[in-house]
Amino acid sequence: MAMDAHEIERMIKAALPDAAIEIKDLAGDGDHYAATVVSAAFKGKTRVQQHQMVYAALQGNMGGVLHALALTTSVPQD
Amino acid sequence: MSDVNARIEAEVKNNDVVLFMKGTPQFPMCGFSGQVAQILGYIGVPYKGVNVLEDQEIREGIKAFSNWPTIPQLYVKGEFIGGCDITREMFQAGELQALFEEKGIAVKQAS
Repeated sequence: MAMDAHEIERMIKAALPDAAIEIKDLAGDGDHYAATVVSAAFKGKTRVQQHQMVYAALQGNMGGVLHALALTTSVPQD
Repeated sequence: MSDVNARIEAEVKNNDVVLFMKGTPQFPMCGFSGQVAQILGYIGVPYKGVNVLEDQEIREGIKAFSNWPTIPQLYVKGEFIGGCDITREMFQAGELQALFEEKGIAVKQAS
């Protein structure tokens, strides 16, 4: 099972329109990704809350069709 | 469902540090679970490993309990700390060691 990187980016963008997103396909198998998501919406949230927002954007695909998404989240630098 | 929530709650209340993982601390069955086990081992903090592969009810239940879609999941004093990425980030920043200190959990090795 796999998920396309563009599809991941599209889903995150839909929930966090301002997000700067970088996605790397770690193993080249379309199943192990690393994503960096930078969004002002993360401001004031804990890391757990930030990751939960990204997982929510992926609407249940995380842990299902998407096995591994190493996630780094942050707020844009002023 | 409420039964499994009660079981999970008991685990995280009765143990200072609980790692819900695939496999055991000695034999992790997934690279992500292994990384967290390795970090906890390095810090030298005693913890209870709960092998979700042996308990389908907990494997699904913990995801709803924490609102977190993946395994591993680390709990300290009943509080959800994060999965593999957050635990590693915190460890590298020295925040994880500080957290154990702040919560009064003894570690073997000074950080």
